[in-house]
Amino acid sequence: MRGLVLSFLLLSSHLYGAGSSSPYPLDDVFLDLTDKESLQRGARTFVNYCMGCHEMKYQRFQRVAEDLDIPEEAMMSNLVFDPTKKLGSHMSNSMSVSNAKQWFGNVPPDLTLYTKLKGGPEYFYTYMRVFYEDSTRPFGVNNLLYENVGMPHPLVHLQGIQKKVCKDVPRIAKNGGEMREAITGRPLLENKCGDELVKRGVSPLELVENSGELSKEGYDSLIYDLTNFLYYSGDPSRLERQRIGGFVLLFLAFFYVFAWLLGREYTKEIH
Amino acid sequence: MSGLQHSVKNMMNWIDARLPVTETYEKHMSKYYAPKNTNFWYLMGVLATVVLVNQLLTGIWLTMSYIPTAEGAFASIEYIMRDVNYGWMLRYMHSTGASAFFLVVYLHMFRGLMYGSYQKPRELIWILGMLIFVALMAEGFLGYLLPWGNMSFWAGQVIVSLAGAVPIVGDSLATWVRGDFNISGITLNRFFALHVVLVPMMLLVLVFLHIVALHEVGSNNPDGIDIKKNLDDKGKPLDGIPFHPYLTLGHDLPAIVAFCFLFAIVMFYFPDGGGYLIEAPNYERANPLKTPDLIAPVWYYTPFYSMLRAATFPFLGLDAKFWGLVVMGGAIVLPAVLPWLDRSKVKSIRYKGMASKSFLAIFVIAFFVLGYLGVQHPTPLKTFLAQICTAIYFAYFLLMPWYTSVEATKPVPERIPIK
Repeated sequence: MRGLVLSFLLLSSHLYGAGSSSPYPLDDVFLDLTDKESLQRGARTFVNYCMGCHEMKYQRFQRVAEDLDIPEEAMMSNLVFDPTKKLGSHMSNSMSVSNAKQWFGNVPPDLTLYTKLKGGPEYFYTYMRVFYEDSTRPFGVNNLLYENVGMPHPLVHLQGIQKKVCKDVPRIAKNGGEMREAITGRPLLENKCGDELVKRGVSPLELVENSGELSKEGYDSLIYDLTNFLYYSGDPSRLERQRIGGFVLLFLAFFYVFAWLLGREYTKEIH
Repeated sequence: MSGLQHSVKNMMNWIDARLPVTETYEKHMSKYYAPKNTNFWYLMGVLATVVLVNQLLTGIWLTMSYIPTAEGAFASIEYIMRDVNYGWMLRYMHSTGASAFFLVVYLHMFRGLMYGSYQKPRELIWILGMLIFVALMAEGFLGYLLPWGNMSFWAGQVIVSLAGAVPIVGDSLATWVRGDFNISGITLNRFFALHVVLVPMMLLVLVFLHIVALHEVGSNNPDGIDIKKNLDDKGKPLDGIPFHPYLTLGHDLPAIVAFCFLFAIVMFYFPDGGGYLIEAPNYERANPLKTPDLIAPVWYYTPFYSMLRAATFPFLGLDAKFWGLVVMGGAIVLPAVLPWLDRSKVKSIRYKGMASKSFLAIFVIAFFVLGYLGVQHPTPLKTFLAQICTAIYFAYFLLMPWYTSVEATKPVPERIPIK
């Protein structure tokens, strides 16, 4: 059996050969599904930049319009670009499988359930912010979270170019503390690169100034909105579920009091 | 007697002459005497019934929108989650119910171990219960393939391929189970048929027999005292109370409501259970070319999965995979012969000796450790730990004839002690 499992693991590492995940730490993100404007902006970014390649084929335009308070006309004129699509259509695109394989080596994953597949929104939120310039890759970019990823960076003109650099960081003493000059108290520095920086909690990336249309905060906010939209799409009834859950729990708590009182009357008779 | 009461009585007489409704009601409800000292552990049976009803009802409604084909299954689950009115509620009730079912059944079985409920004259109840457990495991496994997620596919692949470990006929057997050389739409179709028709029918029949057998010999209790030995002048057990309404309303109803409360917390707020109730790779359609990083079954199978993986070396010319299958199968079947392994003069753990208490405690710890190891990547140390825990699991049963016969037991009172 162990052999069987091992062979599966070997098989998987072989299949992932084109791109493998690295232990880069994920950034925390605290999303707010009640922020409809954020979700609307996320939907806009999705249809403008992602949907050419990535589908959301289990989600309908209509559901998005209803849940995000987008009027039907606004939805049809601003978010549905394909004239063959109706409001009730699924959010799919027209890229064929053979084209996708030819262009990217694989079919770009459907994003409806992506945050659920990745066990939460943190992966996507981090992933979209750690692309860096890498001339050895076909699209000129690589990703810290997904080494040798087959995807281009479609938002590079917004974020700007990030380069992988070496940085000066404080030297660490054997006892784990930062080393400092005895007299001045200034930290003693050393130059570290790549994973060494990651281990120190320092990003190995540096943004080339003025290479993007958005500030760092502006880009982070754009990705926050996009992540929020993807998180919503993974389970569009989440808020409704939690709202109904509250009523169900209240009812059960209320019912329990009477069930308990009734039970007590019967229990009294037993002993 | 008013006219209405009179006509109702007449109607009941008419029915009773043709169908024993009143007699059955009295035998199983109002004149079925259960011990008055039953405790928390005696709620699990009724809770299992509640979950069974939940699974049947939500299952029926899910079937109305589910498409049992490799092409349509995954999308139809998302259709249920998004387009069917309250479909998400049905689906989460069903998926949470699966875990809840195993939780209460494990606790129900633990109650049996603790209070010796399997002992004479309840051997058949226990065996029927074990058959229910095996049917339930099959039901859970068959149902797990239906969403056609990637973990569904690979878990199905791993478990069905176990049949391939059987010497000589193994590969043909695996192909016969799958109906194909790989897990495919054909497998999905037959698993669907088994999941919604055959196994639920078997479960219902077994549960019916389990309850009929129980009501024939009467319920055990935490002291393991036979309440039928002490009857009043009308022939009713002195330490017994009518099942209805004292246990149904006095004991069970508040517990069912409390259980539903806990169930609702999970279902409405943590339906994925942190990836333990619905595993993350199952949010991607089945892909025979993409293995999940770790193939781990859902939590309720993990103790047995650990035992399967614990067999790592060939023996008697047969490979380790075959012995893994034997160990796992043995671990599932062995508890069925408990009534003949326990030689103790007493039923309940309350009156058994230190050996029984210690063995039960270590057994429970080993079971939890195996459960934990089942969701971990195997390492040499973890595999070794799983082997030790597997040995403990088997020792609990196989050494039972010895330790239950040599240990000193406490005297069991004639009547149920009054607290």
